[in-house]
Amino acid sequence: MANITMTVNGKSVSGEVEGRTLLVDFLRTDLRLTGTHVGCDTSQCGACTVHVDGIAVKSCTMLAAEADGADVSTIEGQANADGSLSAIQAAFQEHHGLQCGFCTPGMVMAAADLLKKNAKPTEAEVRHHLEGNICRCTGYHNIVKAIMAASGQDVSQLAAE
Amino acid sequence: MPKDSGIGASSKRREDVRFLTGQGQYTDDINIHGQTYVHFVRSDVAHGKINSIDTSAAEAMPGVVRIFTGADFEGIGGLPCGWQVTDRHGEAMKEPAHPVLAQGKVRHVGDPIAAVIAESLEQARDAGEALNIDIEELPAVVDMKAALSEGSATVHDDLGDNLCYDWGFVEENKGAVDEAIKNAAHVTTLELVNNRLVANPMEPRVAVGDYNRANDESTLYTTSQNPHVIRLLMGAFVLGIPEHKLRVVAPDVGGGFGTKIFHYAEEAFCTFAARQINRPVKWTASRSEAFISDAHGRDHVTKIELALDADNNFTAVRTETLANMGAYLSTFAPSVPTWLHGTLMAGNYKTPLIYVNVKAVFTNTVPVDAYRGAGRPEATYQLERVIDKAARELGVDPIALRRQNFITEFPYATPVAVEYDTGNYVATMDKLEEIADISGFEARRKASEANGKLRGLGVNCYIEACGIAPSNLVGQLGARAGLYDAATVRVNATGSISVMVGAHSHGQGHETAFPQVVAEMLGIDESMIEIVHGDSSKIPFGMGTYGSRSIAVCGSAMVRATEKIINKAKKIASHLLEASEADIELKDGQFTVAGTDKSCAWGDVTLAAYVPHNYPLDNIEPGLEETAFYDPSNFTYPSGAYACEVEVDPDTGKVTVERFSAADDFGNIINPMIVTGQVHGGLAQGIGQALMENCAYDENGQLLSASYMDYAMPRASDVPFYAVDHSCQTPCTHNPLGVKGCGEAGAIGSPPSVVNAVVDALQSAGHNVTHIDMPVSPSRVWAAMNS
Repeated sequence: MANITMTVNGKSVSGEVEGRTLLVDFLRTDLRLTGTHVGCDTSQCGACTVHVDGIAVKSCTMLAAEADGADVSTIEGQANADGSLSAIQAAFQEHHGLQCGFCTPGMVMAAADLLKKNAKPTEAEVRHHLEGNICRCTGYHNIVKAIMAASGQDVSQLAAE
Repeated sequence: MPKDSGIGASSKRREDVRFLTGQGQYTDDINIHGQTYVHFVRSDVAHGKINSIDTSAAEAMPGVVRIFTGADFEGIGGLPCGWQVTDRHGEAMKEPAHPVLAQGKVRHVGDPIAAVIAESLEQARDAGEALNIDIEELPAVVDMKAALSEGSATVHDDLGDNLCYDWGFVEENKGAVDEAIKNAAHVTTLELVNNRLVANPMEPRVAVGDYNRANDESTLYTTSQNPHVIRLLMGAFVLGIPEHKLRVVAPDVGGGFGTKIFHYAEEAFCTFAARQINRPVKWTASRSEAFISDAHGRDHVTKIELALDADNNFTAVRTETLANMGAYLSTFAPSVPTWLHGTLMAGNYKTPLIYVNVKAVFTNTVPVDAYRGAGRPEATYQLERVIDKAARELGVDPIALRRQNFITEFPYATPVAVEYDTGNYVATMDKLEEIADISGFEARRKASEANGKLRGLGVNCYIEACGIAPSNLVGQLGARAGLYDAATVRVNATGSISVMVGAHSHGQGHETAFPQVVAEMLGIDESMIEIVHGDSSKIPFGMGTYGSRSIAVCGSAMVRATEKIINKAKKIASHLLEASEADIELKDGQFTVAGTDKSCAWGDVTLAAYVPHNYPLDNIEPGLEETAFYDPSNFTYPSGAYACEVEVDPDTGKVTVERFSAADDFGNIINPMIVTGQVHGGLAQGIGQALMENCAYDENGQLLSASYMDYAMPRASDVPFYAVDHSCQTPCTHNPLGVKGCGEAGAIGSPPSVVNAVVDALQSAGHNVTHIDMPVSPSRVWAAMNS
């Protein structure tokens, strides 16, 4: 067992974990931050995407002990300080970028990662960036649209509907 | 002007806020004090005899609470099948036992053999490794033709052979169909495979069983599309727990697509075991486990013949299909290749004679059941592919051939037992030609050719039977359940409303769309209305969500209950306003006396109902709550026309979907934004089936595609923006909202146009390719081009 301390969504947290405990299990089970989801066991689906020291990682592929001392942010920490939805979250609602909601936390975290690196991504860049995030409900149309809208681009002419 | 509330408004989804902030409450997010964890030890061989299971070493492992095997379930019911098909000779289908944990034999990779319960999941898994299981491997039956051949090993020895049923439909027409095909001017024949798929909702299945010894009550939290159906099947047929002692809760569910309809062994196990050990028992499927325990979909092998006269009118259709059932009969499996498939073989066309033969086959594979569309995609695919092939053989335009044979008058009784109430197939095809810019295709093809790519255009139509289903009809067809739905509208004293609905929302947006209907009827704000679903202890009853039935069936129940509310509220208002009930009008949340300026507000009436000081107590009960059950009088028949344009890379065989257009007729629409989203998702699944998804077994029954590394699903870069239109609307004539349902259309309608487009692309380059089986992978395309 190892004692670990990290910052999660701006708060310092500590815990005792087995060496084999995954970061996602520490977040979900120990911290009860159940917004981060597990959709597969091969690091393919991206539902567990969080940010560690500002970089998007799949928390099913990282040991909790590896995140000792890190600054972690999850879906629970994405809203604005006043509780209102962030620009990305708001765009997902506005453009119907989610249905069952299970992949959504990972999509939002992946989108935040993209927009940090590329303020005005093209459609192709958005689609490429989402290669590690699977959605089974939306057919991606409205996710791509939402992310482009969140970047401030006019999406009204993107596709005939 | 688009509406901003009520029916027809694209109201933003209220459920989104919790999902976007990580506050959703999915089953795996539920943890109960004192809970234990179960790990299922599953068969790693497709077929075998269990000689012995030694649990002693595992029982001594740290944290182990209890280990169960099949012996613990002797005398307890197996998993029931909800539909009995009668074969063409009048015999009932063969129905094997389906124990919760394997007894005597294992019959597919993934068949659960033992269940280890421990204090932690890791401890349960560790102990699972220590079980000593002696299994004698037997020859596996995987291929359906081989399974039906003489001398094949049998999946169920007591059934004699692997044929579940041999179904003919319509049996009396067989002779006439054979005759018509013999005498036809032209017959087009196509043999094809409808590939086996795995639904893969992003949330794996989860079950948490809990037991309260104080009142002898069991609760099951489960990832289900229909909690009441699970309560009925598990309570009555498996565990013998009466409904009033069994609560089933399906909280937020992360997608279903059919695979979360069925009653699974793990649900029964967790409920049973929680009673045995008097502690909560939790199971969460890993994705690898989901691949070998979730029911699979499709898996048909079909030969279809289309007969035409000298003027290219369709005169007959004859099909022969082998349908894989897998190792056991999943909940609704027998209905999928029969009543959900054969009845759709008329498609959008006035073919007078149709005969469908389906042989359902047991194999040593995971059970196969309904997946988005369920039978209707299989019908659509074969019909729309053979029509396309016929057009190419006859040298006529595929769209023109379809138009020539369209049904144009409604209601229309097909020769396969259903009556289409409404539709306008010419209108949807006209709309498709417009939004897909069919006339501009040749220019785009030339542009692709200039880039060294082959471009193809594929078109198809579809029809589906949704709003499942009239109970008396499906009862005659073998269903062991009614297929109505129910809703309770509870108006509170201050005027807010809770609507308890039997439909379950797992992505469909019911919490937003259903209030739009009630708000429209009452003239009050949508935000005053809340939908309650997914908990058998809170809602009256419900058959759940599948078959695009929620708004058509449960929505209709909600309308009927709201009508009862309005009737009673008008009575109360007439008392408050001292006017005749017949003169009371309800508009914009105000009750008025016709022709006067006398009025009272919605809230005045609701308050009077609960504080009945000035109230006609002699005539009306206090309170304002009504329940309605609604049983549809017919199916609904959404229809449409789809077009796909692909580019094929001649060097690699890779197919890229460049454009996809969908013109649908869903009847009236409650929330256009949600409906469009449903189509998008269906299209991606259909494109996935056509181009990349394939559930593959080897000859020993080992599942080769058992992870997301091996089972290819569309990612964002595999699909384009879609053009979706649902402005062609012929309202359903037999439900109060005129709605038809939209959840499955995209998945039903899209595979044939993708394959039609690939064939078109290859033929345009002079390749003599008439068919490629799905998934149309680069290797298959390359092989077809180079054969």
